[in-house]
Amino acid sequence: MAPPRHRRPGFSRKAQYSLFVTYVVAIAGTVVAALLLAISVVDPTGFSALRTFGAEITAPIARVTSAVRLTTQRFARDASAYIDAASKNAALEKEAKVNRVKLIEAQALRVENARLRGLLKLSDDDQQQIAIGRLISSTASSTRGVATLSIGRNFGVDRAQPVRGPAGLIGRVIETGPTTARVLLITDTENLVPVMRVSDGLPAFSAGLGNGMVLIKPLNLGESPFKIGDVIATSGNGGLYGPNIPFARVIRKTSDGALGLPFADPANTPYAMVMKPYLNEARDTQQQSDPDGKLKVIAE
Amino acid sequence: MKIPVTAIRLPARPAREYESRFDREQSFLKMLAIPIASVILASMVTTLPIFPPEPLLPPFGLLMFLSWRLMRPGLLPVWSGVPFGLMDDLFSGQPFGSAGLLWSLAMLAIEIIDARAIWRDYLQDWLIAALLITAVLFGGLWVARLAHAAPDPNLLLPQIIVSILLYPLVVRICARLDSWRLAT
Repeated sequence: MAPPRHRRPGFSRKAQYSLFVTYVVAIAGTVVAALLLAISVVDPTGFSALRTFGAEITAPIARVTSAVRLTTQRFARDASAYIDAASKNAALEKEAKVNRVKLIEAQALRVENARLRGLLKLSDDDQQQIAIGRLISSTASSTRGVATLSIGRNFGVDRAQPVRGPAGLIGRVIETGPTTARVLLITDTENLVPVMRVSDGLPAFSAGLGNGMVLIKPLNLGESPFKIGDVIATSGNGGLYGPNIPFARVIRKTSDGALGLPFADPANTPYAMVMKPYLNEARDTQQQSDPDGKLKVIAE
Repeated sequence: MKIPVTAIRLPARPAREYESRFDREQSFLKMLAIPIASVILASMVTTLPIFPPEPLLPPFGLLMFLSWRLMRPGLLPVWSGVPFGLMDDLFSGQPFGSAGLLWSLAMLAIEIIDARAIWRDYLQDWLIAALLITAVLFGGLWVARLAHAAPDPNLLLPQIIVSILLYPLVVRICARLDSWRLAT
């Protein structure tokens, strides 16, 4: 490739100066970008308005492509259902027979549970959903695990609300725009979720690893108590995520915890449900009843 | 002189057949808009519903930007890394300003390389692009680590390999766009 001509401006003063000015502008621009970066490192929510603007203007494209994608997936699933239909039918009938017994047992347990709760005068503020949307895109090219939700403030979505899919917990809302919201996925390294083992309620914390898996660490020190195949659900501690939302399955044991594969795969979630924060009022009251009498509200 | 018919093909734009073939000029808007629009649209690829478990989608905005710069030196000004990078930051999920800084540094690095290695071939350009892609992606991880907890650097290796292997394809797309840009 021939050397570019603009690097040798010749004897023209004007050309020499304009070349010099481009270098000055380039270096000044780099410094400005570094300052912007420093601001956004110190205050990560500072430029959320700009990001929201970007998400809003590209949302129509994202909505259409994600609708096309869902339709194709559904079509492929319908077509593949015809293959092995007979043997699948037999297997499902057998499974249904087993499940029927378990269903009756579960019904009995539910009645008993309600009776005991009535005796104890316990009442949950039941997890109410705020709105149902779709995940329409994600930050697939960076190490962040942030997805865009197809609904925003127009449906009452706000920051620090849990988002779940039919299979399990997806994440929580971190930024909202008029018609889109950004969801921090549970696989992001910044997202900590209080969880428990379903079988015995062993409390633990989950942190994302950024590679589609989560690291589950028990609160107790010592050797990892997890076994491969353990089912993990949210515990409701902290009052943000409600209890008993399916979370992950343990696929590998590590020295002090376990690696889990989340149940909810953002790529394969037909819808995403935005829920009210669990124990929201209690948390607000707790934050406002400061001994100094000063109102202190901590975001998230 | 009669032009011999070597292949039968339909005229691409029949209307142009009757226009003058002398003194045509490229559209100024097209010359300016195609590089800018292609880089910004490539940055917007993350808008598509792609949900990989790990960062696997190549940074197409960066690939497009580097290939314009290496294929057509002098087309993009030295300072153009800042605006294009800041535009990419809106869609990448990185802290705002990270690509603005890193792309601008990449631009300055190419400027220095241009002063040293003047006559280069395509493979050398690919090598330069490969080094810069690796540096920018690791730099992005370093920046993310400043802002919040970030994953293991090994996680980036598949993305880096895919990006380096996709660079020639992006250069070809750029070359097609360039011939469209300069067509009269």
